[in-house]
Amino acid sequence: MNVRIRVPTQLRELVAGAAVVEVAVGGGGDGRATVATVLDRLAAQHPALERRIRDEQGRTRAHVNLFVGSDNVRDRDGPATPIVAGEELSIIPAVSGG
Amino acid sequence: MTMTAAAEQAVGTKDAIVLVGTTKGLFTLRSGDGRERFELTGPTFAGEEVYATCIDARSGATRLFTGSISNHWGPVLRRSDDLGATWTEDEQAALRFPEDAGASLARIWQLAAGPADEPDVMYAGVEPAALFRSDDGGRSFSLVDGLWDHPHRTQWQPGGGGLCLHTVLVHPDDPDRLLIAISAAGVYRSDDGGSSWRASNRGIVVGFLPEGEDLEFGQCVHKVARDAGDPERLYLQHHGGIYRSDDGGGAWTAMTGIAGMDFGFPVVAHPSRPSTAYLLPLESDEYRCTPDGQCIVWRTTDAGETWEPLTTGLPQRDAHVTVLRDGFTTDGQDPAGLYVGTRTGEVYASTDDGDSWRLLAEHLPPVMSVRAAPIAV
Repeated sequence: MNVRIRVPTQLRELVAGAAVVEVAVGGGGDGRATVATVLDRLAAQHPALERRIRDEQGRTRAHVNLFVGSDNVRDRDGPATPIVAGEELSIIPAVSGG
Repeated sequence: MTMTAAAEQAVGTKDAIVLVGTTKGLFTLRSGDGRERFELTGPTFAGEEVYATCIDARSGATRLFTGSISNHWGPVLRRSDDLGATWTEDEQAALRFPEDAGASLARIWQLAAGPADEPDVMYAGVEPAALFRSDDGGRSFSLVDGLWDHPHRTQWQPGGGGLCLHTVLVHPDDPDRLLIAISAAGVYRSDDGGSSWRASNRGIVVGFLPEGEDLEFGQCVHKVARDAGDPERLYLQHHGGIYRSDDGGGAWTAMTGIAGMDFGFPVVAHPSRPSTAYLLPLESDEYRCTPDGQCIVWRTTDAGETWEPLTTGLPQRDAHVTVLRDGFTTDGQDPAGLYVGTRTGEVYASTDDGDSWRLLAEHLPPVMSVRAAPIAV
């Protein structure tokens, strides 16, 4: 299935200005894709975008929030949060800084 | 057009480009008339902290590099082949820890050109403390395993800025001789191109540790610079104390010529005059600002035996400024252009070896790094 990933304004220059990119993912062992498998696919298609979201160890950067639909994945199963057909993954910077 | 006195004096020197890395992006100062006047542009990468820049002209063309970090999106290495008009970031991250290292790049602290006759060799010092080497002009870097696997590494403690590798010096006569410095691990040297390393801190007293007289490592070395005339002579600014080595770092001797001043971050060697170096001491490690509200650069012309204060053009009243380890640099020319960037956003310059200074920019974000080089007119 294809998963739509919403790209925040600050990162769109990395994907030729696109507000949304799509990645094709297969189902996992239980037939479902997860946030991690979607981001693995994103790393192959748009590595410069993906590394803004995860570090080399695959950890989501501290001030980046990922939402599946309206749920922050930190409040669900983190990278293991499932994504089903029709759901979107949104990349949203935390309100932080100085 | 009539040349001004300063421009006449500068005949024979080239214009300069100065990269000013701040906590909110990169600013660029560029002269167009022999370093008399500079034009400021920026910010580029607005909002990113720019701790490391490099200006590399070894290949004949000038390449610029920046190592910056976004609070949200992490660190990034960029390169420009057109003096900063455009910047590129490689599709695959040029600088990243290999998977089996179990670490992630937190910050790029230093980008250093390699040997003069190997223009594609570069080094990067990063946090967590590690050294990377590039053999393709900065397009990709490899972790220097010999340092990463050093048995001391797990015992290194971070300084106030983090556990960072902030200084990389390549010996001008032997590219296999490398010297690096880490806060707060100290100086390490390699004689085999980075395969093996040894701590090299003999004589540096660690006042902040109870057993600090004779520690093999754990020193909070802030910066090291190499003398222009004698490549075995090095100048070192420690967390408390200024030191000189005459044997390439084998042993260090305290320099006491600036009474009561032992704290500071940067040390800069004159690019061509032997035995000449510059310091910008700060008052104590509690205050960390210029003492008595006076911003003073100190110069030695006898390898640290004596130091003279340079004040002309620098603020001498109510100037409580801080200059960090990479906030002071030279443009490599003779007479030397010297550039100082402060945490309060000023950039001062001298184009006469430090005899006189002038303000080039103010009200910038806090300055973390300054690098300068001549450019073709």
